[in-house]
Amino acid sequence: MVSKRSVLRAAALGAVSVLAVMVAGVLPASAANKELKIGFVGVTSGPAAAWGTSNVRSMQTLAAWFNEKGGVKIGEDTYDIKIVTFDDQKDPKRAVAGMEKMAQEGIHYVVGPNVDDGAAAVRPVAESKGIIYFPYAFPKELYVKPASNAVLGMVANYQSAPAIYKYLKETKGVKTVAFVAANESDPLSQRDGGVVAAKSLGLQVVADTDTYQNDTRDFTPVLTPIVKLKPDLLVLSGVAPANAPLLIRAARELGYQGLISAETSQDAKVLEEGAGDLANGFISVGGASTPEIRSKAMEEFMARYTKMFGEYNDESNTKVYALEYIVDTLKADPKAISDVEEFKKAIDTFTAPNPYLKGESKLHYVGTTSFGQKRQLSVPMVVTEYRDGKFVTLFVADVD
Amino acid sequence: MTQVIVNGLYLGAQYALIALGLTLIFALMNVLNFAHGQMYVLGGFVTYTVYGQLKLPFGVALLASGVTLAVVGAVFERFLFRTVIRRSLREESTMLLAAATATLLDAVILLLFGEKQRGVPKIVNGVLNTDWLIMPYDKIFVGVLAILGIAAFMAFMQFSKPGRAMRALAQDRVAAQLMGVEVDRYTMIGFAMGAMLAGVVGGLLVAATGVNSGIGGPISIKAFTMVMIGGAGVVGGAIVGGFILGMMESVGLSVLHAYGDATYLVIFVALMIFLSIRPNGLMGKPWG
Repeated sequence: MVSKRSVLRAAALGAVSVLAVMVAGVLPASAANKELKIGFVGVTSGPAAAWGTSNVRSMQTLAAWFNEKGGVKIGEDTYDIKIVTFDDQKDPKRAVAGMEKMAQEGIHYVVGPNVDDGAAAVRPVAESKGIIYFPYAFPKELYVKPASNAVLGMVANYQSAPAIYKYLKETKGVKTVAFVAANESDPLSQRDGGVVAAKSLGLQVVADTDTYQNDTRDFTPVLTPIVKLKPDLLVLSGVAPANAPLLIRAARELGYQGLISAETSQDAKVLEEGAGDLANGFISVGGASTPEIRSKAMEEFMARYTKMFGEYNDESNTKVYALEYIVDTLKADPKAISDVEEFKKAIDTFTAPNPYLKGESKLHYVGTTSFGQKRQLSVPMVVTEYRDGKFVTLFVADVD
Repeated sequence: MTQVIVNGLYLGAQYALIALGLTLIFALMNVLNFAHGQMYVLGGFVTYTVYGQLKLPFGVALLASGVTLAVVGAVFERFLFRTVIRRSLREESTMLLAAATATLLDAVILLLFGEKQRGVPKIVNGVLNTDWLIMPYDKIFVGVLAILGIAAFMAFMQFSKPGRAMRALAQDRVAAQLMGVEVDRYTMIGFAMGAMLAGVVGGLLVAATGVNSGIGGPISIKAFTMVMIGGAGVVGGAIVGGFILGMMESVGLSVLHAYGDATYLVIFVALMIFLSIRPNGLMGKPWG
């Protein structure tokens, strides 16, 4: 007969055994490696969720990859990377709260925010709490002295627009340009920068005041007056990936036959589903990795991303870089792991192989021409044309 | 000008259909359903999945959107709103609950369908291109379906037994109960119908404008605007409000395009002035 006492004893022994196995399984990894927290503060909900989500997922994919390989060796220690995320909902107040949270967690390196006003709002917190942050926002005052804690994570439109317009002027005979932008700070400032760039190239700007609400679903009324002007080039300034196919489709359906371009990165699948063949010929700025230039490591990153999240996002061609730069810069100067002033010193001389491109490309910081100091990640400026569900490289350029 | 007017009518038909479900729920329960836009989005994603991914006919996808949202609406009413309305002494509780359901749906939709804008193949190809009007055939198709949908809804409310019961409930809940109307049953049917309308219009419009997980909130705000113009809880008011907003947007974007985003500034200033003069909207109180 089985007594109650023996049942209890067996249960207790079983529980202890299970606990011991769990501890044995977990302890070696966590005991061997320290933890390095890298933050993300940006938008992962609402209409612009695609921007921040591609950031977060790129970071999470890369961190998982690093950790799977045994962590990253910085100085004498090996670290597992932990990504700490905060959705600022594209609200500057929440972005500040997010940056405060990062400071409370002792995090010194934060990717984001994704938009101008959020990036400007977090600056005092970042500077007072010793945080280096990597915004995807273009206001120059974030990167020009006396500012020193922000490092631009991508190519700004005032860097890409002149190159694109020059290319289109010389190769496609573009003479007239029209701009349309969402009525928000980022797109409007990008539009203004684009207008200046177009005029300086001698192009005639036929429309530069047309705007739309970011939540617009039918762009026919917005584009009707612009299409009547028949510009050679229609620039979708700062266009969100969600709106790009709708704008392209509306313009084409209204009979617009000129070129359409944007200086923000887009997603081929979104364009294909939203505009189909009407998106053919659409020009935008991608990140590293059209098939012609991407390395095997980039292909593995894309495969891992797809496995983790079900579907790749082409915006991650650019967004894969931020975490790579942070980790490699810390490797170059291990003291920077807790001292951002060391990181700032390392920026000036840092260089490392670029794992995501074929050939001898290097990771290094740029921005001297635009900001007077190196406060920008060097990512290749790949100008692409959408064609039948894929981006095709038009030309590749470098900033600085 | 013809183009501008037709653009306005098309937008108006869309907007009116969006606003119908919201005003129905408000009329029956005095609940401002903040989750209306999220229900629209969920309907869009159901159609995207059934028509765009599973390649089933568009009609089946619309049906799936309607049924899914009707079930969601019925569950929300039965297990959330009915309980809160019974137990709470303050009307604000239902507003808080509605906001919570909106947040819940936002999060669930983002988890299930991701952050990307989604679209489906066009249901009708080609563009009507004349000297005075350019209009894609799929938008004409959607516009006609929207108008037919509005007419069918009006007929249902006017001539069917559940429609009459819901109108009675909207006019006077106590009197309707005394006359033998099953209040709980028809309230649930009404909420389910409101949600179903949101889902169907979301599914219908995914063919023209696509869908993404973040547009629920802005859609709700537009729907509230239409309902406030027409008169909260009045079906005819929601339709009129939808067409007025659509026409104002189309004309404003054409006439004021040189002044940046002045269109929406003008619309909302006009709405504030209008509401200060007619706080109950164009058609005043609920049915009757």
